[in-house]
Amino acid sequence: MRGRSLIGLALLAAALAAAPFLAPNSYYLDIVIRMCINAVIVLSLNLLVGYAGQISLGHAGFVGLGAYASSVLPAHFGWHPLLALAAGAAGTGLLALLVARPILRLKGHYLAMATLGLGVIINIVIRNEAGWTGGPDGMPVQSMELFGYELVRDIQWYWVVAVLLLLSVWGALNLIDSPFGRALRGLHGSEIASQVVGVDVPRYKTTVFVLSAVAASVMGSILAHYVGFVTPEIANFFHSIELVTMVVVGGMASVFGSVLGAVLLTALPQALATFEGWEIVVFGAILMLCMIFLPRGLVPTLAARLRIGD
Amino acid sequence: MHAEFLQFLFSGLTVGATYALAALGFNLIYNASHVINFAQGEFIMLGGMLAVFFTQAGLHWAPAFALAVLLPALVGVLLEKCAIEPVKDADTVTLIIITIGASLVLRGLIQVWLGKGAHSLPPFSGHAPLSVLGASLQPQSLWVFGVTAIVVALLWYFFSRTLAGKAMLATAYNRVAAQLVGVSTGWVLLMSFALAAALGALGGILITPITLTSYDVGIMLGLKGFVAAVVGGLGSGLGAVVGGLLVGVLEAMGAGYVSSAYKDAIPFVLILLILFFMPRGLFGGLSTERV
Repeated sequence: MRGRSLIGLALLAAALAAAPFLAPNSYYLDIVIRMCINAVIVLSLNLLVGYAGQISLGHAGFVGLGAYASSVLPAHFGWHPLLALAAGAAGTGLLALLVARPILRLKGHYLAMATLGLGVIINIVIRNEAGWTGGPDGMPVQSMELFGYELVRDIQWYWVVAVLLLLSVWGALNLIDSPFGRALRGLHGSEIASQVVGVDVPRYKTTVFVLSAVAASVMGSILAHYVGFVTPEIANFFHSIELVTMVVVGGMASVFGSVLGAVLLTALPQALATFEGWEIVVFGAILMLCMIFLPRGLVPTLAARLRIGD
Repeated sequence: MHAEFLQFLFSGLTVGATYALAALGFNLIYNASHVINFAQGEFIMLGGMLAVFFTQAGLHWAPAFALAVLLPALVGVLLEKCAIEPVKDADTVTLIIITIGASLVLRGLIQVWLGKGAHSLPPFSGHAPLSVLGASLQPQSLWVFGVTAIVVALLWYFFSRTLAGKAMLATAYNRVAAQLVGVSTGWVLLMSFALAAALGALGGILITPITLTSYDVGIMLGLKGFVAAVVGGLGSGLGAVVGGLLVGVLEAMGAGYVSSAYKDAIPFVLILLILFFMPRGLFGGLSTERV
């Protein structure tokens, strides 16, 4: 890991350690927890979209699978929440593995269509299987239990997700500097050229797709337990778009960009709540302006301006 | 049994015609700019909502419908001028997010202006259904088929017989070559957005008497239009029409014979199957990639 990344990691750790003491009340702590959860999802999605160059417009589907595994399995079968989380992650990973080969053969808009379709189908299934999932109204989620210790208070959840975020950033920074990360960037540049120098392109694409799906599922489970209630909106098309937008606004192929994108776009709807009725208009306008004036995203644009790499 | 099948076929073809118009819109813009316009569904919504608004405001149907097609076309032009042209060479994802931002703005504005309620238009020529071989056919469906057929014929004429249409086709094949022989590709881009928006809006007006409209119908209609465009192969005019009708009919058959709750999932299952086995759609043809 390079020096700059270490400084970034240290700054992030300091910010995470200070955040609960700076948050004036539980409302702000709640937003910070959501930021951390989103940041981990966005980080893993950025490996797929930013580094490997494979667009996904259906990632909320994977988040939804994790969330609903954690709500349905304990509620209907009495599974332990941790076991349900693991089962959700395994199931999501298996699904991602099954569809990865045929889906990742596609490129550009066809890949966008296929991932979008997968996400929409997952959402519709969740909506329709009301007997299991509560349908459009959603369902309550049992609280998470770790070693006989029930996680109920916000501050407990905060430390869990903060540590997870720090570990994910550390892992991602190491991963992109490893042969695996170089292979991903290589196949983003040119699949044929990568193949010529011996990169097993389908295997790498599949691995990063499954990895990001599993991460999304795990964070979906955690989000469901933290909120204590889950609705199908967690898996809808708009949520997929939000996640991709976080990647792009923060910066494609930028680890700290992912965190920044998640932080900004989680806070934005809260900040816009004062616009009563106009939130969606303002949100859409901000998305457009961001992309028109900063098409490469915040962190890469700023880094280029300050002449430092990410 | 026979009548039932016919019934599903009619309703499928009716919705399918709207998908076909939307898919034609996707393809026009894709051909001119390689952008997938995720705001296409909002043009369908705009057409329906504006037609409702203008007729309820007391306008005669003719000027009301004309305005409901022209205003979205203007919105399309604005979208191209203000949001797409400045970033023409950006990443696919960036362009997708810009058009999604635009669709949120349009949806939000209509929600603020006209509210969240569902609206309808009276059918153009009465409610009395016609009986065809035991199945009933809404007169409005005939309007949908007729107008769609006329529009497709006009588009065919435009692209194969007029200079402006040929200039648009030329730009789609090879932008630089078109510029070299004097085609104003900037103008082609503007025309494509205007035409795509107008087609979507027209579909929205036609279908509103049958399916109702509200500020948020654009999402699903747009996504299904996208499915139809990909089914037929992105960029193919014939593909868009066949794809739209196919998606509409399969959806109606699935809803009728399999499960009406899963009606909305059918187009997406279809597109996944097609992409798994024919990665470039039914009419996309083979392509070789230059390395």
